[in-house]
Amino acid sequence: MIDWPSFLSSNARLDFWTIVVGATGNACCAILGCFLVLRRMSLLGDAVSHAILAGIAVAFLLTGSIAPMPMFLGAMTVGLLTALLTQTLSTFGKVPEDSSMGVVFTSLFAIGVLIISSPAMKSSHLDDCILVGVLDMVSLDTTVFAGYRVPHVLLTLVPMLFIILLFVTTFWKELKIASFDPQLATTMGISALLMHYLLMGLVAATTVATLESVGTIVVVAMLIVPAATAHLLTDRLGPMIGIAVLLGITSAVIGCLWARWANSNAAGLMAVATGLQFSVAVVLAPRHGLLSKAMHNFRLSIRIVSEDIIAMLYRREEQADHAEISSTGTATREECLSAAGGGWLANLALPWLSHRGRIAVDSAGQWKLTFSGRQDGESLVRSHRLWESYLDQHFDLPADHLHEPAEQIEHFIGPELQDKLASELKNVKADPHGRRIPPATGEE
Amino acid sequence: MGYTTLVVLTGTGLLGACSGMVGSFAVLRRRALLGDALSHAALPGVCLAFLIVGERHLPAMLFGAFLTGILGVLIVTGLRNGTRIKEDAAIGIVLSVFYGAGIALSRYVQNHTARGSRAGLETYILGKTSSMILSDVYFIAATALVSLTIVLLLYKEFQIVAFDAEFAEVQGWPAFRLDLLLMTTIAVTVVIGLPAVGVVLMAALLIIPAAAARFWTDRLSLLLGLSAAFGAATGASGTLISSRFNWAAGPSIVLVGTTVFLASVLLGTRRGILRQLMAEWKYRRQTRERSLLRRLFVQVESQLPESTNFSRREFHSPVDQRLLRQFERRGWLVTQSGKHMSITQRGLQEAAEATLQHRLIELAFEDSVTDVVPQAGEGFATSIPPELQQKLEQRLESAGRHPLRCIAGLSGRSRA
Repeated sequence: MIDWPSFLSSNARLDFWTIVVGATGNACCAILGCFLVLRRMSLLGDAVSHAILAGIAVAFLLTGSIAPMPMFLGAMTVGLLTALLTQTLSTFGKVPEDSSMGVVFTSLFAIGVLIISSPAMKSSHLDDCILVGVLDMVSLDTTVFAGYRVPHVLLTLVPMLFIILLFVTTFWKELKIASFDPQLATTMGISALLMHYLLMGLVAATTVATLESVGTIVVVAMLIVPAATAHLLTDRLGPMIGIAVLLGITSAVIGCLWARWANSNAAGLMAVATGLQFSVAVVLAPRHGLLSKAMHNFRLSIRIVSEDIIAMLYRREEQADHAEISSTGTATREECLSAAGGGWLANLALPWLSHRGRIAVDSAGQWKLTFSGRQDGESLVRSHRLWESYLDQHFDLPADHLHEPAEQIEHFIGPELQDKLASELKNVKADPHGRRIPPATGEE
Repeated sequence: MGYTTLVVLTGTGLLGACSGMVGSFAVLRRRALLGDALSHAALPGVCLAFLIVGERHLPAMLFGAFLTGILGVLIVTGLRNGTRIKEDAAIGIVLSVFYGAGIALSRYVQNHTARGSRAGLETYILGKTSSMILSDVYFIAATALVSLTIVLLLYKEFQIVAFDAEFAEVQGWPAFRLDLLLMTTIAVTVVIGLPAVGVVLMAALLIIPAAAARFWTDRLSLLLGLSAAFGAATGASGTLISSRFNWAAGPSIVLVGTTVFLASVLLGTRRGILRQLMAEWKYRRQTRERSLLRRLFVQVESQLPESTNFSRREFHSPVDQRLLRQFERRGWLVTQSGKHMSITQRGLQEAAEATLQHRLIELAFEDSVTDVVPQAGEGFATSIPPELQQKLEQRLESAGRHPLRCIAGLSGRSRA
């Protein structure tokens, strides 16, 4: 019998095994969780992991021991029963699905609690580990495997991980289709229903395997949160599973060390750690994060506001050329701001534009287009007037209804679309209001 | 019954009534599991309040529970609206992470504070009704009263938000604020229930009475009353059972609720399984009767008005034979001799009416008239607009196929 890793002190060795147990359990949960999150069945996972308590308790009541096999059987039965009853109640009883799920799993959980909290069961201390998880204690309960001293629960957790890996690699294609498009899966002859119940069975089994270490409620965190975090970070299933597993493992490390440092519950802190990872991802995720969305919106807004200012200045120059009214082709700061709709964005847009050399201010405080600014303005006004002409030709709109939509769409018409519109319109020279459509850059 | 039991009974009964009433809105709004998230999210609040106050001060702990509970709901809403996380995942995340934080904090309190071991924070996980005292009951009663007042004052507003929030918004109701008020009311109820039933089973107290009441009525006012009554009965009888058999109170209450729910699923007068089966059976019987009446009429139509005799042998299936005997008992048929029967005046009237209905619908569908609306629930009564009915009847008459005209001669003759 070898106490491995032998270079660690006995206390550190205990922590090491605690982390290994937590990480193995979390890896199991994270893989399954990805499919739960993608199939929008997170709450069913939640319900199943609560409800299996009834199965475990009944198995315990019948066999009088905490042997794994009867517990797995009991849990799998109740897990599938939960999925089935929820479905039946909402189909035949017309109970909304969330209510029917709520009724089913709380009732089963209540049965479980009633049994394990009865005086006869008190000695087993099942209720403690099921409700709060005793991850920090499981590495004390060791067994000898191939000459090494390992925590007892690993003997169920590691096979569980292999079963899950086997399941996922065997049914990879089927799971993928069933997760993203159940209807398509059914038409292709893959039973989405079978996948559904297989998944629920595995969720139930995983909950049993992790029961002692994290308990029935924290396991929900390990199922859903790493997967949801990974979903924020990537759009591909393979990487999503990889990231979720990695997040599960790191949260086990963080949770266990944190619990050692703060002298608290490792399972609970593991849930908190994964929650923190999630909140970081919510804010910072490269494409789906709040920050990146806000940045994107900000960039779009500032572009639109700047373009409004440039278009206004271009129109003034046009008027000056035609001497329609006394116009100099310039505008004061206030006029520029009001053209952009005012507000703080407009105030940012002016320095932004002059920094990029699109507009310049003279000593009298008058703003004026530069050469490149004029080119931008020409393109914008071309988009605007082409769109007006297009609307006029193809939609039955009165002349005074053309400006509004064009004002919005002008920001999104690139050179390619301009050319298409122009050829569609047989190269018209003026918009419906009789104003000249500026030619494409490089022509004339 | 002892004084303590009476106090606890009153408390759980009131608690059940209150959560039954506000739970109705949660169920109608499809927010049932948000209540679950809320109650789990309340756990860290209890522990934090204990850490800050430093002793077992009930109002402070409940206030802490309320704050983190509401925070949990807000996070769910934010995740749902602001990110690609779907509502189910958002609820699961909040529920489990807050709960994890709760048990970590509770262990921390146990290990670090002098009074920690006696804090009894873990009773909040499964609840402990027996510790309820009179002041708790007053507290619950006051909360129930406030919730009731809010519901009564804003009945119309809650009704519209519960059934069609988008419509409410379009109509200019402050839907979001009403929703928030509703969630706050639910949160308050959850929080006062925590010491008694615990965070895990509190959701059941919100969902089960309302889901059960839904089987009995479609009217909101009745639903609220019934759900409150179910909740009160569940709370009180669950407590009685738990003290009688020395079972844990929270699960006992929930399981009594489950029993009420199952009974409602079976017996409910609005959506119960028995009622559905009865309606289906009645419908089938009516259809069979109508069909036989029609076939009887067709059988004798060519001989009218001279004779209404037909042979029993034409209708040999067991179902038909049984129905023939029933018709005979009702006086619609008389046996002439052995195999031969004839239709009486009353039977002829019934048969003609059934046939008329059938032929009208046949004609209407032949012309593919879409305003013939089959009305579910009223058996096979199909409503044909009066003008259309008149037109169709005229067409039947000119074709000589109007059943009532066929028997008109007969009745006239027998009357004469």
